[in-house]
This record gives sequence, C-alpha cells and structure tokens, in this order.
Amino acid sequence: MEYVIEMLNITKDFPGIRANDNVTLQLKKGEIHALLGENGAGKSTLMSILFGLYQPTSGTIKVRGEEVVVRNPNDANEMQIGMVHQHFKLVHNFTVAENIILGKEDTNRGFLNMDDAIKKITALSERYNFNIDANALISDISVGMQQRVEILKMLYRDAEIMIFDEPTAVLTPQEISELMKIMKHLTEEGKSIILITHKLKEIKAVSNRCSVLRKGKYIGTVDVGKTSIEQMAEMMVGRKVLFEVEKGASKIGESILSVKNLNMTNKVGKEVLRDVSFEVKAGEILCIAGIEGNGQTQLIEAITGLNSHFSGNVFIREDEITHKSIRNKTLTGIGHIPEDRHKHGLVLDYNLGENMILQSYFDNEFQNYGFLDFEAISKHTNDLIERFDIRIGRGERTSARSMSGGNQQKAIVAREFDRNPDLMIAVQPTRGLDVGAIEYIHKQLVRLRDENKAVLLVSLELDEVLSVSDRILVMYEGELVANVYPKDVTENDLGLYMSGSKRGAV
Amino acid sequence: MNKLFKKIIGFPQSESGESFLSSFSAILFGVAFGFILMLIFNPSEAFEGIGIILTGGFEAGRSSLGTVLVNSAPIIITGLSVGFAFKTGLFNIGATGQLTVGAFAAIFVGVNWTFLPGNLHWIVAVLAAILAGAIWGIIPGLLKAFLNVHEVVATIMLNYIAMYLVVLGVKETVFNSLRSESLSVHPNAAIPTFGLDKIFPDSSITGGLILAFIAVIIIYIILKKTTFGYQLKAVGFNRYAAQYAGINEKMNIVYSMAIAGALSGLAGAVVFLTQSGIHITTTYILLPQGFDGIAVALLGLSTPIGVLFAGIFFGYIKVGGFFLQRLAFEKEIISVIIASIIYFSALSAIFKKYVRKVFATKKNSDGGDE
Repeated sequence: MEYVIEMLNITKDFPGIRANDNVTLQLKKGEIHALLGENGAGKSTLMSILFGLYQPTSGTIKVRGEEVVVRNPNDANEMQIGMVHQHFKLVHNFTVAENIILGKEDTNRGFLNMDDAIKKITALSERYNFNIDANALISDISVGMQQRVEILKMLYRDAEIMIFDEPTAVLTPQEISELMKIMKHLTEEGKSIILITHKLKEIKAVSNRCSVLRKGKYIGTVDVGKTSIEQMAEMMVGRKVLFEVEKGASKIGESILSVKNLNMTNKVGKEVLRDVSFEVKAGEILCIAGIEGNGQTQLIEAITGLNSHFSGNVFIREDEITHKSIRNKTLTGIGHIPEDRHKHGLVLDYNLGENMILQSYFDNEFQNYGFLDFEAISKHTNDLIERFDIRIGRGERTSARSMSGGNQQKAIVAREFDRNPDLMIAVQPTRGLDVGAIEYIHKQLVRLRDENKAVLLVSLELDEVLSVSDRILVMYEGELVANVYPKDVTENDLGLYMSGSKRGAV
Repeated sequence: MNKLFKKIIGFPQSESGESFLSSFSAILFGVAFGFILMLIFNPSEAFEGIGIILTGGFEAGRSSLGTVLVNSAPIIITGLSVGFAFKTGLFNIGATGQLTVGAFAAIFVGVNWTFLPGNLHWIVAVLAAILAGAIWGIIPGLLKAFLNVHEVVATIMLNYIAMYLVVLGVKETVFNSLRSESLSVHPNAAIPTFGLDKIFPDSSITGGLILAFIAVIIIYIILKKTTFGYQLKAVGFNRYAAQYAGINEKMNIVYSMAIAGALSGLAGAVVFLTQSGIHITTTYILLPQGFDGIAVALLGLSTPIGVLFAGIFFGYIKVGGFFLQRLAFEKEIISVIIASIIYFSALSAIFKKYVRKVFATKKNSDGGDE
C-alpha cells in the first residue's frame, strides 16, 4: 500500500507536557483521513510538526516513501502539502484572484501577469465546480465561498496533500454538504486529505479512515465504514458519550424575557429584523434556528444592547430594559455567551484571571476601594478552572490568546454560568467544540433550565436545535416564520422553514 | 541562593527581562548608527566623539548629572502621557500641544496670582497646568469617543492650535516686550528643589524630577492595581469586548485622554516653573519635549518603569550631545546624531521579537500553553 505521508512514532515534548506521545499517522493516496481528538489532544501539534513549525523530539516523517526533515512551512509547500486554516488567511479588500496568487505572483518584467492567473483560476474553479468569480472581492462573498478560495489557493500551488483544519466550523448545513462534495471530488482527482475535526457525523460521511488521539497519545486508526459513531466517540473521549441530551419534561413558569415588535434596518437601509416578537419563559430552552445571516445576530445585539439602533421593546419580567445600558442588563440577570468569542467574549491580551472578572471587576468580591483584589481573582479563577474543566498550562496567568479555541469557549461559558443569570443567551455556544465539551455545555444549559431559569439558544446545528430545545423559533430574512416543538418536526421540516420555502404560525 | 541563581539565569526569558534586553539592544543599535554618522561627518574625531556622547552625563560630575535629570524630568512625564494613552489603545501625538497649554497656564498663574502665599503659589500653578493639559486632552477624547474622529488627526491639529493660542495668550497677558517672551514667574511659583540642589550643585535642577517620580508611581498603580486601570486597558485591548462587558468604552476613551493630557500639562509646568531663565518665546515652534515623549514611550515599551529609565537615558544622551560641541562637529550635525540615537532607540518593540528568538531557542522547543 502506498502512503503519501507517514508520520511514524512522533513524540513531541514541551516542558512539563508531552504533546504527542508516539503518534503514528499514515495517509494513503486518494483517501480522506480524519484526525480526531478533543481540544488539546495534540492534533494541532502534530500538524504543526508536519508543517515544519515544530521539530519532533523523536520519530520520523516520510513523504512519498522518502524520509524527510521539514524545517519550515516553505519546505512543506515544496513537498506539495497545503492547509486550509480554521480562520481563513485572506485579504478582504483584495479580489479572489489577488488572494490566490499572493506570495506566488507571476510577473512579466515586473508587471503582474494577472490574465494568466485568472485563466488558471477559472479553469480550476470549473474543474471542481467551485462556481467562483475570480474578480469578486473577498469581502463580498460568503464564508463558504471564502473557504473555496482557500482551497483554490492550495490547488493553484499544486498541492497534492491537503489538510483541512475544522473546515465546517464556520459553515451552514448547505455549505457543509457542498464542501463534502468538493472534498470527495478532490480525492477522485488523486489528492489526499487530512481532515481535522471533532464532528463525528462528518467523519462518518466523508472519511475513509480515522486516526484518534487522546491527551497526546495515539489511540488507533480505524476504518470509518466499519466503525460506529459511538465507537469513535468512545475512542476519543475515553468513555461512553451520550448523544441524546438527557432531560425531563420542562416546567414552564413565568415569562422572563419578552420581546415586542423589534424592527431594525442596517446601515445600507436593508430591513434585518421585521416585527419580531416572542417570549422566553422560566424553565424553557427556546431555540432560534435559522441559516446564518438571517437576523439572529442582530436580534441578539438588540436584546443585549450591543446595538441600540432599533425600534420595539424588550422586557425582563415586567421591567422594560429596551434602552438600558449593557452593564444594567448584565446586572439585571442576563448572561450572554457571544457569537464571536474573539471579538466580544474575551480580551485576548488579558490573562485568564482578568477575563473571568470582565463583567464583575467592580464587584466588592474583587476589589477594595478601587484596588483589584488579585488574591480573590486568582481564587475565583482557579475555582472556575476546576469546576468547568478548563485545560491550560499556567493557571490563571495563562494569556487568553494562547488558549485553544475550545478552552476559550469553556472559559466564557464558565464565566457566564457562574454569574447565575435568570436569562442565558447562548449564541452558538458549541461552535468548534469537541463532543465531550458539547455534551458538557448542553448539560449545563439543561441544568439552568431545570433550575427554573430561561435559556435563549441561537444555533445553526439542526442536531443541537432538535435535541436541546423545548421550543423552536425559525428565523428567515429577519422574520420569525415558525414556532414549533421539537417532537412535532423533523430535520427536513426545519430545513424547509429555514430556507423560506414553508411558513408556519408564529 | 539557588532561587536567586535561577532568577538570574531566567531573566532574559522573563517578561521584564525580555523588555529590558530589547530596549538595551535598541539603544546599542541607535548608538552604533550615531557612530556611523560621526564617521561620515568627522571621521578623525568620531571615536572621541562617541566617547563624549556616552560619558558626557558624567563629564562635569554631579553638575552635569543634575542637567541630565533636568532634561529627563519633562520627557519622563510626556513619555508617561504617550505610554499611558497607548496602553489604553490611543495614540497621543498631542503631548506637545497639551504641554504648551499647560505651560501657559502655569506661567499665567505663576506671574499673576502673586496673592497666593508661599508654597501654595507653585502648587496652584502646577494644578493649573495639569487642568489645562487635561482639557486639551479631553477635546480629542470626546471627538474620538462620540464622533469617531481619529485621535492622531485631532491631536496633531490641536498641537498647532495650542501653539498659536499660547503665543497670542502670552502676548496679551504675560508679555515681556523687551525680550519678546513670557515674563518670569514669581519666585514662589518656581517648583522648589526639595534639596536636590545640594545633591547636584551648579545645575539648574528643580523639583520637577520628584514630580516625575510621583507621576510614574501613580500611573503604575492605576494601570496595575486598580479597577479603573483594568477597564481602561480592557477598552484599549479590545473595545468590543469592553462594550460587551458593559464597560462604557466611550467615557473611558475620554478619561484616558484626560489623564494623558493632564500628564503632558504637568510636564509643561515642570519645564517652565523655574527660575533658570526658561520662557515661552513668541516664535512659532512646537515644543520638542512632547515629541520626545513619543520616543521615550516607545523605548520604554509604554510601561511606567520603562518610561522612567528611557527618559533618563534620553536626558543623558542629550547632555552628551551638548559636550560634543567641543569637537569640530557642526551644531546641526550634533542634533542629527542625537536625534538618530534617540529615534533608533525607540525601535525597541521591534527588537523584542529578536530577543525572544535568541533567548527562546530553548524555550521555544517547549512551546505554548496548548
């Protein structure tokens, strides 16, 4: 059997921690090989070694059967290894073509040879049905299209081995199925793919084989066709995982949040919220479902106060809070796990401890006469690290920037849950997390609801919508188009509501 | 003992060690560049010249050290002003304008309000300078917070407005028409020397240095220890996260600029509340201490302690430049050389990267926190 890449017995030591412990990964030509593991299991380290960002402590790397040393990413490029990062590396005010040639510009006497590049890009796009306009600006195209640009970048550089790092984390369900088609097409053309993910369903759908890492150790490689999702999850987490969210019947209480006739137009005059009214009651998980960009973000911004340019009213219990300050809303008992954890959720240049007091630094618990009480902050943070299983190297002093995405999200979840709000607004709280963490966050949401609090969940994942929520509202183009109960609908129904082809009573 | 040893060995890799080494290598680079300039303009005396620059601060013993500190005090404070604003995410180019209005307020009080008895006179003059500088900082703060006018543009323009207004103000209120400059302040309005004149005799040292030290300590405490500093920095690091957390990011921008302005205003008082014959002239010049503050903040990596040492270093190099006049260097060339050393030294942030690389080869293989 021919392997295009073999990473044999790779061990990588960092002081105090062994990030990879005797890991072996063998990629066959033309296969999609999933690399599965929880946050911090060592997937990124392994890929960084393949890319020459780190040197392994021991072990060998073979590319097409030849033993090689990858000193830096340029070496990797020359070996025709390419990567699509989770966060795209694109220049937003450049066109598609300009982004693709960036770093590999063909010039003619010092002038850019744009025409040839565009021809080549268009040809590649047609061959793989990318349906992409080489002259479009990156800022004008959707996230799914941007990802295709990243893939085109690899193809343009003749990459044969492609690494996809959490490629579906930012995509809508439709875009995900498109991406899977593309990946299959790529392997048919002889490319080999390493897919880094924790979404087991996707692994099941596209991969041929799957290698599992847990806490740096190599657990094994399995044939995906012969292995069930439950088995893979158990390999990854080390114990049985519950996929169904366990919850009893909800005890609906009084109305906690009520939103009345919200209307919002954006800067270019487009209506982004149209007459949105609903209530969330105590003891209820209400889920706003919908395809990304149908007004969910704006709705949450209006409720939380991040955007105040709207009409309508927002009430917590009987108190109107429509245009109260964010601080005021926070103290009234709103918890908010924001959609964008880097933009809103964390101050990346602060350490973990400082981030844990973001909304409560002025509380008497953490300050005396305006001076921060570092001892109390440290104690509080270590308590949260413990209770919420945040895995980091240097305790409360770890800078938020250096934490993995999953742990950053856990930190935000820890902070918001710990404030014990009456209403928890959770916007895509499990985006980019592994099954263990997802299970954990779902449990927490259910626990909150069982404590008679209200939960407003915004989610793009149909699985999550159907398994966690007590009631579902579907948003389409800024309007609520359906009010349904999970037991009464199928994924298919929801898909129809979400795409606007069906409307129900609200 | 073992612990101390570890601390010394680990110093280059610790955060403050990294900062120190990067600033130090920036200085070396700046001095080397100055030396090259001297080789170009006056090769035969270049070696002697660089020696004078580097030792000039000690040339006349304690007297010239006193001069070093006189030069340092105001630029430590303007460095703090720029550094503080920078820590909170703002680029204060307006230190010179804030300093100018502060200087005028100080002189106005120092000349006219002779009804104030004894020490009260200079204290009120200093407070007036702080207040004037703060107002001059609040203006761009408000523009930034509520109208989204970039603070760099606003502060640059306010520098010129300050300069012209102050010249006008001097002519109208505290004008010495014979010498075409501001009147001398009342002796009570000069900042007392707090005994520093005994330590550094024959220099024009004032208590400004003490005020600079106090300012460094206060800013250090605000940034490191207080909830106020916490929210200011949160706004500086990530305006959106601060907004999400319910911090009033608009008012914090205003507060931050007010403090930055107040510091620069204080620097104005430190320069001009003296008996040693320094006055505001009616020529239209932006005062250099404000711009030096930018370089000081950059060399000191915007931290109060770093700014303190950077300010003293700049004062020191400037005195060295003064003594360079003994050799056959043109006055202008000396200015160019000194300015080059200062501004190349300000590149320490760039050197931080290299320091990390050099000392982290061991450390790097140990990687991050993930």
